[in-house]
Amino acid sequence: MYARFVDPYRDISSLVHRLDPRVKVVATLLFILSNALLPDGAWLAFALSWALLIVASLLAQLGPGYTLRRSFIALPFALAAVTVIFALPGRPLFAVDIGPWRLFASDAGLVRFASIVLRSWLSVQAAILLVAATRFPDLMHALRHLRVPQLLVAIISFMYRYLDVLTDEVARLLRAREARSASVPGQPAGGTLLWRARVAGNMAGQLFLRSYERSDRVYSAMLARGFTGTFRTLNQHVMRARDWWALAAMAGALALIQVVGRLIG
Amino acid sequence: MVFTLGRPASPAAFFGIELHIPDGFLSLAIALVCWGLAIALLGIAVRRTQEALNERQVPLMGVMAAFIFAAQMINFPVAGGTSGHLLGGALAAITLGPWAGMLVMAAVIGVQALLFQDGGLLAMGANILNMGLLTALIGYGLYRGTAGQRLGVRLAAAGVAAWLSVMAGALATALQLWLSGTTPLVIVVPAMLGVHALIGIGEALITVAALAFIARTRPDILGSKPATDGGRGWVIGGAIATLALLLLAPLASADPDGLERVAEDLGFIDRGLPAPYEIIPDYTVPFLGETPVSTIAAGLVGAVVVAILAVAAGRALRRRTA
Repeated sequence: MYARFVDPYRDISSLVHRLDPRVKVVATLLFILSNALLPDGAWLAFALSWALLIVASLLAQLGPGYTLRRSFIALPFALAAVTVIFALPGRPLFAVDIGPWRLFASDAGLVRFASIVLRSWLSVQAAILLVAATRFPDLMHALRHLRVPQLLVAIISFMYRYLDVLTDEVARLLRAREARSASVPGQPAGGTLLWRARVAGNMAGQLFLRSYERSDRVYSAMLARGFTGTFRTLNQHVMRARDWWALAAMAGALALIQVVGRLIG
Repeated sequence: MVFTLGRPASPAAFFGIELHIPDGFLSLAIALVCWGLAIALLGIAVRRTQEALNERQVPLMGVMAAFIFAAQMINFPVAGGTSGHLLGGALAAITLGPWAGMLVMAAVIGVQALLFQDGGLLAMGANILNMGLLTALIGYGLYRGTAGQRLGVRLAAAGVAAWLSVMAGALATALQLWLSGTTPLVIVVPAMLGVHALIGIGEALITVAALAFIARTRPDILGSKPATDGGRGWVIGGAIATLALLLLAPLASADPDGLERVAEDLGFIDRGLPAPYEIIPDYTVPFLGETPVSTIAAGLVGAVVVAILAVAAGRALRRRTA
């Protein structure tokens, strides 16, 4: 095992971990939906959403900063929205000179940019919390109950199972290439661009064949163990009273946040 | 050996102009419309795949989804510390067929969003459309158009298809961001198309080399496609999508105001951004005057500037990690 696949699940026995996975999926989607619905510049509502997230993190015994530390992955995409600062009409705040052009940052543009980044940042944290508090197989089971087609759920489950195996294969291929092509740090890579691309393509082709043939063996093994074409699960999910209460509490809090966002800002 | 899981850092990712859209960047309306389209198409794909294939295909498609994820980690140095790598949509559609390829790409995008927060949940519909459906339509459609030809011709078609499928995904992403009011058209279209024109070349080279390798070692895999995939429909669909891309891309980058007006007339933009004249006056290069040549030159300058910045960023990133 060289490329250990890092499962984001944190094995803790908390109130949030014990909730029905369907409740957690629906609550996460509602939270992200609520962020999308909040108007630009509703700072108090955004702050309340973050508070809700921190409460959920504390109930999951993950600590208030757990999701925050992992939330910077979506940050580079924020650059795609930077231009909006200069594009919306409004009171000009400051100017930036780029060559012959002068860019004016407007207050409306700045508000819109900050709102976009906040929405994205809160939504990413909700998704991080979901997978930290729910086992992936339970998540798949929940998706099945939420009417996602069986075939798609089965493909994702198989993919999850073989992620480790195939990233290991890639690690071996990359190590083999590394071992055979010495490179000096700071020097340009050897060969022509076309040659290097072909080597990478051959590796992808090799990986494709290894995966293809592996899937044949997987299927034979499934048949050998008595696979009849249907997938079963041992842990049946039942909605209990506390699951309904959790869902109602989440929906109520989000409704309140929407009201605050629209009335106060 | 230090090994990081996930796609290698590309300059596009650094500039935030890659294709996995996170939540928050699309307006609710656009996100939901994209989800609706994606659900409808995935529904057809599930039905078609279940009709055409037996239960043996379930582990095949699952392992192939893991393959696409793993293959995105194979990179090759391009220049100045940047590296090319595979996105895999065209390769999946060509080797597995369009419907199965679509499902496999949807699974990859779903796992990337759920496990690695690479792309949002509400934005997942748009991501599936851009990286799963469009790649299957253009990638498979153009490749299928050369069925029965010599291997060289088919590989060339696969290369063009791979490049175009990346460009189509980039253009669709740019249009969705623009319609959401996240970024003005004059900026996002040249930036996305400029960077992905380069990324697409890497995609095309790896796809062609991988297919050539498979054709040499297991020619049976590329030869046997279920007839139920409906070859002619995909060829026509791929041709129409390609034509739309070839017409829309120059229009969007050379005449964004025109496209903006059309979108307003059709009611697509409710709170659309006004054309940002403050940024680049009329989006023309000052000394060339207001001619079509000037707008195209402005687009090219934008693409070149983005490319240079990307190379510089890649170099800086490598120096920091080295």
